[in-house]
Parts: sequence; structure tokens; C-alpha cells
Amino acid sequence: MSASTARGRRKPPLGVITRPGTSLRNKTGSWGILRPVFDWKKCTGCNTCESICPEGCIRHLERKQYEADPEFCKGCGMCAAACPAGAIAMSEEHR
Amino acid sequence: MRKMIEGSRAVAEAVALCRPDVISAYPITPQTHIVEELSQLVADGDLDAEYVRVESEHSAASVCLGAVAAGSRAYSATTSQGMLLMIEVLYNIAGMRLPMVITGVNRAVSAPLNIWNDQQDTLALRDAGWLQLYAESSQECLDMHIQAYRIAEDDRVLLPVMVCMDGFILTHTYETVDVPAQEAVDAFLPRYDPLFKLDPTDPYTLGAYAGPELYHEVRYTIHRDCLNAKQVVKEVARDFRTAFGRWAGDVIEPYHCEDAEEIVVAMGSVVGTLKDWADRKRAAGEKVGVLKLRCYRPFPAEELAEALAKTKRVMVLEKAVSMGGYGIVAAELRAALSGKSTAAVACAVAGLGGRDITMATLDEVQRRARAGETDFFAGLRAEALEEA
Repeated sequence: MSASTARGRRKPPLGVITRPGTSLRNKTGSWGILRPVFDWKKCTGCNTCESICPEGCIRHLERKQYEADPEFCKGCGMCAAACPAGAIAMSEEHR
Repeated sequence: MRKMIEGSRAVAEAVALCRPDVISAYPITPQTHIVEELSQLVADGDLDAEYVRVESEHSAASVCLGAVAAGSRAYSATTSQGMLLMIEVLYNIAGMRLPMVITGVNRAVSAPLNIWNDQQDTLALRDAGWLQLYAESSQECLDMHIQAYRIAEDDRVLLPVMVCMDGFILTHTYETVDVPAQEAVDAFLPRYDPLFKLDPTDPYTLGAYAGPELYHEVRYTIHRDCLNAKQVVKEVARDFRTAFGRWAGDVIEPYHCEDAEEIVVAMGSVVGTLKDWADRKRAAGEKVGVLKLRCYRPFPAEELAEALAKTKRVMVLEKAVSMGGYGIVAAELRAALSGKSTAAVACAVAGLGGRDITMATLDEVQRRARAGETDFFAGLRAEALEEA
């Protein structure tokens, strides 16, 4: 009997069951101190930043244009460290 | 069927009658005989369960956690150092609201290394969200395991239960026990019907992260349901009496307490000794009673306050101590009696690491409590202390 089909019984206790998709509700952008700033003039469109982002929050806008979603970017800096073109700087200014 | 068997065998037979799907344990004295007997039952084909051998108690508890999460009825047993090693997982089992039963065989904790009985180990679990029942005899221990699954799996509870039994005193002693028939246990304890379980066709996560906006409420509901489980412990005890004709009390069991001027409160096998001692005192004209604390978690504060409202002196016999604090049960009992009883409460720590609690020990506790001592170790050997 699954949680959703149990009849005549209590709901599962609070906090026990987490349905899929909660990482979209849990906006982790507020955790960060730094934020990546993309220099699209230097960008080669190699896609390293998008593929290395542990949060999956870097979006590919156009061929040589990327941006991080501020609602989810924790400012870890992995994109900036990995960018082979040096096109990403970590900055406090945009917070 | 009445049998003359070892306490550990009685537990193993009780567990087998509960039809667990998964058993996982790591052997440790004095719990060993219980899990040896169960592994033998599985190996012989007399019990249809998965017996998972593991490399530690942490793993044993983890196997059980996963088994219950997947919808199985699970069982484990441990003691002392093994229990301390399990603790991290035990908090998770309660927090994830996974009903299971563990036999907490009571043994002293290191250091010094000691394999003998006291209750320091299970009392370390008092804050974990596990219910704790303490058995006086092998029969009560057998009965408690059958009751424990009913309590744990009740929708109102959904918390794990630890049945606590004194190491060696109960585990290694032969007593006549009445082992119920499988059909009777099946009627009393239906197959586990989980409210929720891990199911690939209906995916979700158990035991996920909860931030400050939710954690507070989740922990509150564990506490609330643990407190409310007291009612279920009582109901299940009454149902058990109806089904099997035996009664060992529900959350507490008073013995000669009605007119008692002095009442000793204790948990576990020492209650048997105390009843003998009280009989002797009664024969000598002293109005002495004994109150067995059968259900320690949830703590039956109201029942204790009512049972002890009229007595003049309460003596709590503790087989554990909160180092640098107080006797653990006595501290909670004093809080429960605050404003509800004028009885003087004395706390006597006795029997640590297997030290015998004899009639002389109990006489000493009574004498010192009457003299106004409130917190003391009974039976200290002066010659041993001189060497220190």
C-alpha cells in the first residue's frame, strides 16, 4: 500500500516522505556570498560551466552566452575555476 | 505450551512467532544466545525470514532501517557497546517513523570493560524517539515482544520499540514460560501492513533534508506521538490479557502500593527481588510497596504521580547514573511529582556492572533514605575506594 492509496488511515507522519521535485522548491540561491559574472566577449561556448555546475543552474542562452540562475546558484565558484577561457569571475557586487 | 527454557530462547521464540521478514544482528555478550537461536531457526527452515549477517551493529541497524522502509517487519538485538555503536542509526529509525523491535539487552558500558548487567546502555537511548519497555521476567519479556510489534506498527505510533531485558539475569536464566500458539499470535498480531514504504512505482524519498522551516515541527510530532503512544501501550496490554490471559501491568505495575508508606520504584528484573523484599517487610509490619516502571518511554508521569500521591517516601533504585547529574529515573520522577506529592524522593544507584542487589542492599537503601539521604550509591565497598 503506497502513501497515496492508504484508505481510512492517517497520513504519513510529517517530514517522513519527500515527493520528487523538492529541489526546485528549495531555493538555495540565498546561501551564496559570491556570484558568477560571465564575460560573453571571452566566452567560447565550450559548455564546461553548464556541465560542471553541481546545482545545474547555469543556462545556455545563445551560442556563446551563459548565465546562472540566482535563485539556485550557491556561488561555489566551480564554473569560474573550470572555465578554460577565463570568462567567469566571482563577484560580490551583484548580490 | 509451557516450557522450561532460557530467557534468550524465550525471546527468540517470541520473535519467531511475530513472523519477522528480516533479522539482522551482530553477536555480543549477553545478547548472543537470542540471535544464535534465531539464526538456527532460520537455518533449519523453521522460520521464514532473511537473516542478514553483518560486520557491526551499525550495519545491523542499517539493514533493519532499510528493511522496514521497504515494508518489512524487522528485528534486531544488541547490548552495551553494540548499542552505543547503533545509536546514530537508531535516531534515524525513529525519525523516519519506521516501526521495528529491538531487544535491548541491558549490560554495563565501557570503561572499564564489563559484560555484566546494569541499565546504562538502554538509558543512553532515552532521547532517541524509541519507546522503551523494561521486563521483569522471561515471561514478561516474551509477552512484551509480541506486544511491542503491535504498539510500534499502530498508525498512531509508528515508532520503534526497544524491549529491555537485564543481561544474564534474564537472558541466561531458565524459567518456565508459556509460549503461545502461532495461531493465537497471528490473531493478535496481523501481518505488517505498512502505511508507507519505498515503492519504485510510486517514488519518493524517506529521511530527506528538513531545514529550519520544517525540522522543528517534525521533531515535535515525533515527541507528540511518542507521548500519545502511552495510550496504545495500555490498550495493547489489555488486548493481550484478553487474548492470552496474562497481565503484567500496562505502563506501571503497583505491588502492595495501596496503603504503602514507603514505595520503591524500579525497572527490570530487580523488581522481582523487590517484591520478595517487600513481602518480608510486610511480614514484619512495615507498609512497603513496589512500583514497577514497565514503560519508561513514553514516561508515564501522570500515572506515577497518581500512584505515588499518598505515600510518604519514594526510593528510586537505579541501575544507571547520569554522570555529574542525577539518577536518571529519579530526576524524571521528581519532576513528575513536583506539586503533586509531598513524598520525599531518594535516589539510590545500585547494582552497576553486575553487582548483586541483595536484601541487605535494599535494607541499606531504606535505612539511608529514612535518614534523609537523597542521592547516593548503595553498597559501595569502602576497601576498594581506599585504593583509589
